[in-house]
Amino acid sequence: MENRFRIDILALILFLSIAIIGIASVYSATSNQGVFTFFEGRSGKQLVWFCASLFFGIVIFLLNANFFELFSIYFYILFMLLLVLVLAIGVDINGARSWIKIGLFSLQPSEFAKYGTSFAVATIISRIGFSFQNKNDILKLAAVTLIPMGLIIIQGDMGSALVFLSFILVFYIEGLTPTIILLGLFMILVFVLTLVYSALYFSIAVILLLFLFYAFTYTNKKLLIPSLSIVGFAILFSMSVQFLFDNFLKEHQQKRIQVTLNLIEDNMGAGYNVNQSKIAIGSGGFSGKGFLNGSHTKGNFIPEQETDFIFCTIGEEGGWLMSSITIALYIGFILRLYYLSSRAKKKYKRIFISSLASIIFFHVLVNIGMTIGIMPVIGIPLPLISYGGSSILAFGLFIFTALKMDATRDRDLESVFS
Amino acid sequence: MRNFRLYYIYAAIIFVGLIYIYCLFQVQVIDDKYALIAEKISLRKQTVYPQRGLIFDRNDKLLVYNDPVYDLMVSVPIKLKGIDTLAFCQLLAIDNEKFDELLSRAKRRSYRGKSVFKKNISNVTYARIQERLYEFKGFFFEIRQDRNYKFNSSAHLLGYLGEVTKKDLSLQKEGYYEQGDFTGKKGVERFYEKQLRGLKGERYFYVDRTGVNKGSYKDKKLDYDPVDGKNISLSIDIDLQQYGEKLLNNKMGSLVAIEPKTGEILSLISSPFYNPANFNIQNRGKYYTRAINDPTKPIFNRAVSAPYPPGSTFKPIMALIGLEDKAISSSTHFNCNGQYRLGKRIIKCHFHPSYTSLKQSIASSCNTYYCHTFKNMMGSSKYKNSEEAYKSWRSYLTSFGLGSKLGTDISGEFKGWLKESSYYDKMHGKDRWNYARIISLSFGQGELGLTPIQIANAVSIIANQGYYFTPHVIKKIEGMKSIPQQYLVKNYSAISQSNFEPVIQGMQEVTISGTASHLAIDNINIAGKTGTVQNPHGKNHSAYMAFAPVEDPKIAIAVVVEESGYGASWAAPIAHLMIEKYLTSDTLKESSRQNIEKRMMESDLIPYKYKSKIDKSLYGK
Repeated sequence: MENRFRIDILALILFLSIAIIGIASVYSATSNQGVFTFFEGRSGKQLVWFCASLFFGIVIFLLNANFFELFSIYFYILFMLLLVLVLAIGVDINGARSWIKIGLFSLQPSEFAKYGTSFAVATIISRIGFSFQNKNDILKLAAVTLIPMGLIIIQGDMGSALVFLSFILVFYIEGLTPTIILLGLFMILVFVLTLVYSALYFSIAVILLLFLFYAFTYTNKKLLIPSLSIVGFAILFSMSVQFLFDNFLKEHQQKRIQVTLNLIEDNMGAGYNVNQSKIAIGSGGFSGKGFLNGSHTKGNFIPEQETDFIFCTIGEEGGWLMSSITIALYIGFILRLYYLSSRAKKKYKRIFISSLASIIFFHVLVNIGMTIGIMPVIGIPLPLISYGGSSILAFGLFIFTALKMDATRDRDLESVFS
Repeated sequence: MRNFRLYYIYAAIIFVGLIYIYCLFQVQVIDDKYALIAEKISLRKQTVYPQRGLIFDRNDKLLVYNDPVYDLMVSVPIKLKGIDTLAFCQLLAIDNEKFDELLSRAKRRSYRGKSVFKKNISNVTYARIQERLYEFKGFFFEIRQDRNYKFNSSAHLLGYLGEVTKKDLSLQKEGYYEQGDFTGKKGVERFYEKQLRGLKGERYFYVDRTGVNKGSYKDKKLDYDPVDGKNISLSIDIDLQQYGEKLLNNKMGSLVAIEPKTGEILSLISSPFYNPANFNIQNRGKYYTRAINDPTKPIFNRAVSAPYPPGSTFKPIMALIGLEDKAISSSTHFNCNGQYRLGKRIIKCHFHPSYTSLKQSIASSCNTYYCHTFKNMMGSSKYKNSEEAYKSWRSYLTSFGLGSKLGTDISGEFKGWLKESSYYDKMHGKDRWNYARIISLSFGQGELGLTPIQIANAVSIIANQGYYFTPHVIKKIEGMKSIPQQYLVKNYSAISQSNFEPVIQGMQEVTISGTASHLAIDNINIAGKTGTVQNPHGKNHSAYMAFAPVEDPKIAIAVVVEESGYGASWAAPIAHLMIEKYLTSDTLKESSRQNIEKRMMESDLIPYKYKSKIDKSLYGK
């Protein structure tokens, strides 16, 4: 009993600090929308959701230490069922069918799916005998991550689906060969070059490079097959990127990517959000315009400013100082979570906690990158700061589950295979 | 193995954090472009216009006051979401096409975050729209001051307001004006623009995406209130002015009355005139072209812009020059048998008793007397040649303020015609001309053109016996101790004071036994001089100049009535009525003079050729 609330204080403080910044920012971002007192409107709701996640946090800490591990797979199934349910009875908001209406609340199952999937991933990888060389294991892993991704894509929420890519980081830490990450980076490079210079020019350039390469290494016949196959793959991939980009992405998605790559300027259309967002953040200066004093925030110039573009409010009203503090808090929190994962004695816990850290990292990387225009516009929230009940509650549950696992690590036996 | 990979992850996360912090530093601290863009997008300046100064006459009667006009503005960038265009058009009384046209024009002409949608909206429409303005987000009103007038009078003097032109904007030094501001364009409005305009105030505030005010900027530290313009009083007497306008009604001509002791203009009229209210901001668009197309030129301020040969009204001045230059003395007599012979050329005079004295020559307007005087002066041994004599003659005239602009505060002043001697050199050849070529100058014909105000100023020099103050219409500027300094300087003519006495006696004789004797007024001694100016294009111009009372001159006046006949038949009676009106109360008028007044007021002397083209609406309301 005396160990039940032995929580990691540093992680808790970082979590609370970020959440408080979030509530304040949501208040500021919405205080112009006819809402004048704190408890009216969305900042009040945000506080309620935050308190709810604290409540569930306490409940989690009261549970048995092995509760989650035991019911792991049921959690996963529960959240997958919710994803199916949303397709059946969900309501369309902003072109995505992501919400289930329950009385006064709207629940967004995709926010909880990350939490659920982490249980499954942790369970599969921590099984005795698991190996990244084993096709069966790989297939299982692929299935548990691709099923929610697919379901969320069907909902029409590309951003939330992409979040599941963060599990690659977990796999990497757990022993997946880095080739797959390098391959991913290589593909991103080809993707960008293709969009900038078109598949045709890209292919010509690659073939010329190949000839140049042979001009200097013609004696080395060993390199012939691999280099030819790399070039062939690159050209094929480039062509298919061009084809897929032109034919399968929706127009607004194409434009968002093109705006990010500075291929087109469209400040009144696809680039409007990012442009206004950059103006808001850029006008903050060193120390900002002061809390509740952001003219751009007050003027409603940025759509979605209390949800996906909440970082604008921080950047405008808190300036570079507050933006940097916020980023530092996130980095600190993510690093702390990875550290907590590394000190876990059970593989299951280690993987679960590092899943959380990787997911938060992905969110922060993409969301802040998007507001300052170095990432394409991908609609995912800034964890604990963006307005959104499901997001706050899901991350709350996720974080308290992870902290509970860390708090009870002493009772665990050293894993033989770690 | 695993720990090793975790360190990579740590490194990657820290790297991303630092990159983002660095990018933010670039965007937020180093690059200040975004702060400027943000202000441009959301900061608005609203100009608060001051009350323009009021204008009064010399007896503190209000002449000009302010009348608000409303400009319907639209916030830029223009976003008209959820606006009931139909209702909006109905309120404005425009159709859909006009709405689109106004909108696209507003888009093109945006200026500092706002653009004029429709200008000069009437009070009634303003009230109607203002009530429902909250429904039309992004639209707002700016109120500016147009002028309105208590009296349908004195348009030429008062002038009018107009929007500053692009040229004005590029030439201005203090940067006070912005596109769309009003400024004095003509008359007193222009001359005293700086005193009348006051200082604009400014309010800064933030707007949201739809242009709605979101609160003041920096706690109103940059805001300031407007300072109202100064009221001014003019030296004109509005009763006299209106009386003069009645007398000159349906005539082409002008009238200038000056208080000789101060140079204050008591009345200045150019006829035909127009209603000043027709030329204010709201109405000028409608009337300007009409005024331009009217052949009687109602905008043209004849009193300061039209040069006329002075004709016989020039004779007292010629007499003064002759006396001063010793070409004649006060006792000089010349024979006049009805003509002056100059070789084969004959200059006609008219019948009057001969062996003419100086006094008689003025009273009966003898041409011969002045031909002799001019010949004496030009042939004087004082001068090497005609050129030098002419230069001397000319310099006497310039000391009367002739041949150059007087520097009054009235728009459109013309310097008149007074040729340099080089003009005659060019025409006849150097040293190849003498008095004979230019003799008609001696009786006010030839290459001589004086504006009515120059004639009035010359007669006030005679009244003052030697000096004048630059004629001006300003009497008092609120908050200032005196009127501008240039109107307080005594200017002296080149004529000695003693030489005025005989000339004034001659002019007085004009109204006793001379050409205007039929117009004498009991109890007022008037010194005057008639003039009948030859006009090659039609009937003669009738001219007259006078001052009164002779003992203590209070008013000096010049009148010209174009294409009407003898000086004694029109200009002189009008001048005398004005003098009588100014010096006495009009209830004392004898019945014979009432008849004259009636005849003056009712006569229509506009030449027949212009009749059909005159636009009477310019004068009406």
